[in-house]
Amino acid sequence: MTHDKSYVEKDYKVVGSRVKRPDGIDKVTGKARYGADASAPGGLVGRVLRSPHPHAQILKINTAKAEKLAGVKAVITSADLPDLTNGDQGMAHILENCMARGRALYDGHAVAAVAAVDEQTAAKALKLIDVKYKKLPHVTDVDEAMQPEAPVLHDNMFTRGVEPAPTKPSNISARTQMGYGDVDAGFAEADVIVERSYKTEQTHQGYIEPHACLASVNPDGTAELWVTTQGHFTFRNVCSTLLGLDIAKLKVTSSEIGGGFGGKTHVWAEPVALALSRKANRPVKLVMSRDEVFRASGPTSSTSIDIKMGAKKDGTITAAVAEMRYQGGAFPGTWAMLGCMTAFACYSIKNNRSVGWDVVVNRPKVAAYRAPSAPMAAFAVESTIDVIAKEIGKSPIDVRLKNVAREGTQAPYGPTYGPIGIENTLEAVKAHPHMRAKLKKNQGRGVACGFWFNIGGQTCVDLNIGIDGTVNLNVGTVDVGGARSSMAMIAAEELGISYDDVKATIGDTASLGHNDTTEGSRGTFSSGMATIFAARDAIGVLKQRAATMWGIPLEDVEWQDGQAIAMGDMHSNLPALTLKEIAAKSGRTGGPIAGHNEVVADGAGMGFASHICDVEVDPETGRSQIVRYTVVQDAGKAIHPDYVEGQFQGAAAQGIGWALNEEYIYGDDGRLQNPGFLDYRIPVCSDMPFIDTKILEVPNPNHPYGIRGVGETSIVPPLGAVGNAIADATGVRMTHAPMSPPRVLSALDARDAG
Amino acid sequence: MSNATLVSTVVNGDAVQFACPSDESLMTALRDRVGLTGVKEGCGTGDCGACSVTLDGQLVCSCLVLGVEAEGRNVETVEGLAQDGQLHPLQEQFIEHAALQCGICTPGFLVAAKALLERNPNPNETEIRYALAGNLCRCTGYDKIVRAVQAAAKDMRKAKRR
Repeated sequence: MTHDKSYVEKDYKVVGSRVKRPDGIDKVTGKARYGADASAPGGLVGRVLRSPHPHAQILKINTAKAEKLAGVKAVITSADLPDLTNGDQGMAHILENCMARGRALYDGHAVAAVAAVDEQTAAKALKLIDVKYKKLPHVTDVDEAMQPEAPVLHDNMFTRGVEPAPTKPSNISARTQMGYGDVDAGFAEADVIVERSYKTEQTHQGYIEPHACLASVNPDGTAELWVTTQGHFTFRNVCSTLLGLDIAKLKVTSSEIGGGFGGKTHVWAEPVALALSRKANRPVKLVMSRDEVFRASGPTSSTSIDIKMGAKKDGTITAAVAEMRYQGGAFPGTWAMLGCMTAFACYSIKNNRSVGWDVVVNRPKVAAYRAPSAPMAAFAVESTIDVIAKEIGKSPIDVRLKNVAREGTQAPYGPTYGPIGIENTLEAVKAHPHMRAKLKKNQGRGVACGFWFNIGGQTCVDLNIGIDGTVNLNVGTVDVGGARSSMAMIAAEELGISYDDVKATIGDTASLGHNDTTEGSRGTFSSGMATIFAARDAIGVLKQRAATMWGIPLEDVEWQDGQAIAMGDMHSNLPALTLKEIAAKSGRTGGPIAGHNEVVADGAGMGFASHICDVEVDPETGRSQIVRYTVVQDAGKAIHPDYVEGQFQGAAAQGIGWALNEEYIYGDDGRLQNPGFLDYRIPVCSDMPFIDTKILEVPNPNHPYGIRGVGETSIVPPLGAVGNAIADATGVRMTHAPMSPPRVLSALDARDAG
Repeated sequence: MSNATLVSTVVNGDAVQFACPSDESLMTALRDRVGLTGVKEGCGTGDCGACSVTLDGQLVCSCLVLGVEAEGRNVETVEGLAQDGQLHPLQEQFIEHAALQCGICTPGFLVAAKALLERNPNPNETEIRYALAGNLCRCTGYDKIVRAVQAAAKDMRKAKRR
């Protein structure tokens, strides 16, 4: 059955309320089972040996001594993970990232692994593995990696997107360009032109739960994987390919997930755990330490960005150019391309051009981090807009409103926007009492905007009605922050029953068709859509059963408020049949009642946000304290407002951490110097104020409830908002994030030195 | 397991015995030997607070305490918070205020917040924020956690007056 995806305005009974989440009790009592909380009969402990060198040839790995240690059941190297990727270069890179193949490409790159009866034995065994390295020159800085004399990581990598094609390999994997108009003509029209260069350091998603899995492979090729992941179906497909397993024979169950933010969209340890289990013929549990998470999972890019923007005195931006360099770690990515697509997306700029350079360096392979690549580009653009506003003597909000993108504006990356909410968020910011609150000494206020696409994708949902009329909803997108509530609310809304009568579960890979990973703010958008359609399918069945029970034609039955109504004067003597009554008789009217839907949920609604940040800068230490913060974002439709606010607040907090403190610090030796929460400092409770939120609802025309994604957008504005607030407080424009105390202090010193 | 020591202790009111190597953390012993996986490992270095428990009423990171140190002591974990099927007011208010998203830090926050409210039944916002500064949460920005603790403190004060 095909369903209409378009938005229809309606009054909601359940959607928009603040019900209790179904997994709440398990999570406050310690019963909820996360990646590291499962065990199996005969289970072994897996541990990974990692390269201490940022770049080295692996001459020889001798595992003999480790294998002989009592209690060691398997030792593996890349030889135990033969290349089955069949020319798929992306997959080959994933394989090589999971286990080094003849060369180590970053500090922390896996080179071997063991499975042993306990933790102590596994740790001892790692020390007995003898690896002979030949150290190679390394590079960890994005700008240095682009220099002609830089050590080259991949001698088969020739920059794509450059004409003529280069004849020499380099660390630049691709050049991307987009935009429209004539920027030279645009700059000629400008009264002021501002050029600035920015740097942002590498940050990590910082989920509190390290990567963890429990793998079990049988000799007949059947296998199970329990894992903390944002996408168990994707993990299944990737692991099956890398291990040579049949997709249907590898059952992947997603555990409760202790945070992901993009970082649990990729495999690292899982293929290794499966390979260990296959060799040992026993289940293997593999849990990363925090040190391993920092050194060898997938942080986000560090960047180097040049912005040039021109504007008229009335605030009209006439031209904008961005040149952006993103490092993707040791393997190529498309991170700079995402920077190009998002940099100017909040604005309607007649002449714009973005050029992106994707660069490899000797750091871990970059993974998505909440609106990947957008926060860095926004830091550069939003800072530059404030500089322009200052030069022409206009308020930063008015300059933004003067150039704001609207329905009909062409996005810099091509398509024309439908109804979008950026102007609404800016107007809401302008009208917000926060903007009129008085600032104290050493305090400043900044505003910034942010954009994220949001995505849809493949989704599959099952809805089964029990004989008592309660409903099992089986969803395939991992619940990263309360989605089971939202899905149950949507099912209850459609069926016309109570929220408490719906139990939502995340199904394993054997129980549902393929679901794309929970990423790109797609969970509530796409599974919400599939849930609506599955419920409508079930209503179709319920009506059929009611018609059978009454003995009347189907077309005379309507579904209203959770019950079947017999329509027409002929049937006026028939009392309505509730869902519970129909369900109770289902065994005699045709069997179980269910609804099912599989859909490619296209038409995701773009997300826009505007933030207000007040900061107090200590002139003696350069430390910045956020004293007030407000998030305004367009949700399209907030299904569960508590968890929408939670997404806004959490994203803002991550952006604030990035803006003020968080960074990967590499030494000259190419090794990560701060792989722990003590030295990689994420915001703690006493660093933060309450984060005020305002949810706007500009319906997405391509979703029955108007849902847009909400998870990512609000990590985009904070870097710019904080930088603009610091500039307002101090008169100093920070161009290097994080704007940590030493950087701010030296900028203040430079200001005072004149 | 070489050089294991037998440890007799009390966990959440129940007498418990386990054998563990002398260098094993209390966190690992509680998780792997006593089966209390509500004690979470986020870092293993005392920086995240996810493994918070109380030892004779004192709030500790169980990853920084040895299993053998529990000998003859009283250990309380998140699993001991609810009594007689009744959630603790902090547990109630964490759910009510949506103070958890992924939930991995929640056990540690609950144990730390309970320790705070036992010594200070009426903390102000700053006191709450500093008392919980040893517990990392990456999902919520702490907003709803602080509000939940404030609400639970109020509930507990009210219950005491009754």
